Amino acid sequence: MDLLQSVEQGEMRTDIPDFAPGDTVRVHVKVVEGNRERIQVFEGTVIGRRGKGSQETFTVRRISYGVGVERIFPVHSRRIEKIEVVRKGEVRRAKLYYLRDLQGKAARIKEKRNQARD
Amino acid sequence: MKGILGRKLGMTQVAKEDGTLVPVTVIEAGPCVVVQKKTPERDGYAAVQLGFGAVRENKVNKPLKGHFSKHRVRPMRYLREVRVENLDAYQVGQEIKVDIFSPGERVDVTGISRGKGFAGMIKRWGGHRGPMAHGSKFHRAPGTLASPRSGGRVFPGRHMPGRMGYERVTVKNLEVVRVDAEKNLLLVKGAVPGARGRLVTVRAPE
Repeated sequence: MDLLQSVEQGEMRTDIPDFAPGDTVRVHVKVVEGNRERIQVFEGTVIGRRGKGSQETFTVRRISYGVGVERIFPVHSRRIEKIEVVRKGEVRRAKLYYLRDLQGKAARIKEKRNQARD
Repeated sequence: MKGILGRKLGMTQVAKEDGTLVPVTVIEAGPCVVVQKKTPERDGYAAVQLGFGAVRENKVNKPLKGHFSKHRVRPMRYLREVRVENLDAYQVGQEIKVDIFSPGERVDVTGISRGKGFAGMIKRWGGHRGPMAHGSKFHRAPGTLASPRSGGRVFPGRHMPGRMGYERVTVKNLEVVRVDAEKNLLLVKGAVPGARGRLVTVRAPE
């Protein structure tokens, strides 16, 4: 089994910052348009992470023009230029699916305090 | 034709240069040793018998021990034959490693599929089920096997429940994604028969 893990190890990125559900992140995604490549930024709240090893993914939710939009990214995807953690959130569960039923003021997340931020 | 024996380690995914993810099965392939050559003159066909996997000396029975010592190779857990055309390219005792394959190549992988036990018609043959409610008593049963007009008997080969799986299955034309000669690893695109840890034979297509 450790041989299988060694394969996954090679697929994993080491430049991914620590982030958890509740955090607001800015994901810089590479998008291909015709034969040109550009960077698109998707900013929103992380509402969950699933999986482990090189196959881990996370879901980012944002409200775009009044419509809820969710995107799922593989954590170790090479199509991600970088991930910025904008804000750390204080939440009490691992999956924030309840946010889908809330909007506006009710959908806010408390900011994490008393933690050293750089 | 060339081939190698290996152990299925499991599945994962790896990224191509452009970032697309490819589902792969990781196989610990080789190193194998040529134990015996089957010649057309003696055996009626051309093949090499490959040995794979370490085994304790006291786990090998006497007839097999004799077979190994006759060809001056150390005992191995698995013995399988792979047909070859150019027998002269192989010598008894020769070691075969994963580097006989290269990325982009196509291979056939043979193994023993997972045993499913005694399975019903729906799982084993892909039948449809009846309604589960509304007074129906016909749920997952096989249904009619024959009619008086079909001769008044059940023809051989009728799909019925029974033992499923644990049979020899070959998946053809899988792409080799990566070869790691150092760790003896072979990554092929897609699924391969059998549970993790089971013996598989990887061969070049005919």
